[in-house]
Amino acid sequence: MLLEFEIPIAELEKKLADMKQLAQDSDVDVSEAAKKLESKILKLKKETFTNLTRWQRVQLSRHPDRPYTLDYIYEFSNEFIELHGDRAVKDDRAMVGGFGDIDGQTVMFIGQQKGRNTKQRQERNFGMANPDGYRKALRLMKMAEKFNKPIITMIDTPGAFPGIEAEERGQGEAIARNLKEMFMLKVPVICVIIGEGASGGALGIAVGDRVLMMENAWYSVISPENCSTILWRTWDYKEQAAEALKLTATDMLEQKLIDGIIKEPLGGAHTNLKESAEEMKKELKRHLKDLLKQSPEKRISDRIEKFASMGVYK
Amino acid sequence: MAWFKRQDKGIQTPTTEKKETPDGLWYKSPSGSIIHMRELKHNCYVCPDDDYHVKIGSKEYFEILFDENKFTELDKDMESADPLKFVDTKKYPDRIVASQKKTGLKDAVRTAYGKMNGLNIVIGSMDFDFIGGSMGSVVGEKIARAIDFAREKKYPFLMISKSGGARMMEAGISLMQLAKISGKLNLLEQAKVPFISLLTDPTTGGVTASFAMLGDFNIAEPGALIGFAGPRVIRETIGKDLPKGFQSAEFVKEHGFLDFIVDRRQMKAKLTSLLKMLEQ
Repeated sequence: MLLEFEIPIAELEKKLADMKQLAQDSDVDVSEAAKKLESKILKLKKETFTNLTRWQRVQLSRHPDRPYTLDYIYEFSNEFIELHGDRAVKDDRAMVGGFGDIDGQTVMFIGQQKGRNTKQRQERNFGMANPDGYRKALRLMKMAEKFNKPIITMIDTPGAFPGIEAEERGQGEAIARNLKEMFMLKVPVICVIIGEGASGGALGIAVGDRVLMMENAWYSVISPENCSTILWRTWDYKEQAAEALKLTATDMLEQKLIDGIIKEPLGGAHTNLKESAEEMKKELKRHLKDLLKQSPEKRISDRIEKFASMGVYK
Repeated sequence: MAWFKRQDKGIQTPTTEKKETPDGLWYKSPSGSIIHMRELKHNCYVCPDDDYHVKIGSKEYFEILFDENKFTELDKDMESADPLKFVDTKKYPDRIVASQKKTGLKDAVRTAYGKMNGLNIVIGSMDFDFIGGSMGSVVGEKIARAIDFAREKKYPFLMISKSGGARMMEAGISLMQLAKISGKLNLLEQAKVPFISLLTDPTTGGVTASFAMLGDFNIAEPGALIGFAGPRVIRETIGKDLPKGFQSAEFVKEHGFLDFIVDRRQMKAKLTSLLKMLEQ
């Protein structure tokens, strides 16, 4: 699937492929022309992807081919042992977690998981966790703490699920509990917004020593569509809402609400999973190295202090 | 055709000179019972006929809970900035100014300390009339500082929530206030200072997903709407009507998330008993 702004690039890429095919079939030398076209494609790509509007980045963050939590986990880990269930109600498939590794260092991975096709999307509830998901996440975090393993969370959710059962089982309480407990975890916690970071549902696993965002992810208090619905009373102002919310990685770094941005390949993470994962791994290792030098007490007080300093008032 | 033209003296007063009953003298509850405002005030803003708890703000809660309505307000003059230069159909600073004019408040929460039946207490109380009781930097910072104050003085902390959630016009910054306050509550807990969270009508969104659900004691007023997602959002998501009583305080207690529901008229006495038990 192509997004609107990907189409001109895809068309040129197709031309290039056709040209190469033709050259092969008819034994004509097109290397000169191909080179020209290649540099034209690169130029267009650079132009397009360095000048994306905020709404276009939101679209990229939801690209159907975008890597999801498990894609990264499997890309990092030699072995990943998934752990299920909250030990109270059920196993929430919208939230995954388990032990894996980053270059031999065992870590606890936790994150929201979206589905690729209709069946999977249903199973994963579009990445919208229920209270059971947040409680499962907390259970795994406490386990990581017990065995002294760092925690890496990956955030990719359009929000915590708004449903009858979610309310009955205390969606608000589940998220609130995580917010509070995550501050006190004795092990390093690194959170990465890999796609969509919508509101409390995202924050519910995003309190850490480092909060990082992928270049084309978004993170805010509400999605542009819902913001538009509330403030303009129609979905039509989602582009303006995205602009107003200042929800991109660059925006969030400027507001000092995150600690860093992870670069994506030109064209977005979905164009090259390996490269995206490699870049993320590099950043995770760098931050982990720093954090592991500190005492748990220092990490905890810094974590509380970091979030305490967020806010602008007069 | 004089039959419809009234001739009697005194009933031809021009509309402009008509003497109307002043507005706000009588209160009509949703079930239709009518009560004089003065009587309502003496009854903690609860209708005696149907026990309906009228939605009130910080001014009234302080009046009900602090002895002789005496208290010292914390961070009284803190106001919202406009970090994102947020514009929707209105500019954010214009919304703030309009709300300040309408309500006479600086923002959506007031925090204060004083005595409740002789016991020291810090109380934070949200005002729904101020942009839907929404939580931005000012709300977050004032609550965080009130928690710090309570911790230093070892005074119990009572937070009265009434909010539609986080304030959109401060986007990511308002989201982080949830985390900020939750972080501070850990320090209050370590100091073993009691934290009572009182949820009032309505408490939804980000406030429910942070401090409102984190009390040592989570309590609510009868009939209050309490939830994470608002009923409209849930109805639209699942495409079904919601069961009667869904997300009411009674429903939330039934599902295990509230310690008790307290009638506003008994609130001061009950909270005092509770805090005294912790002291003895």
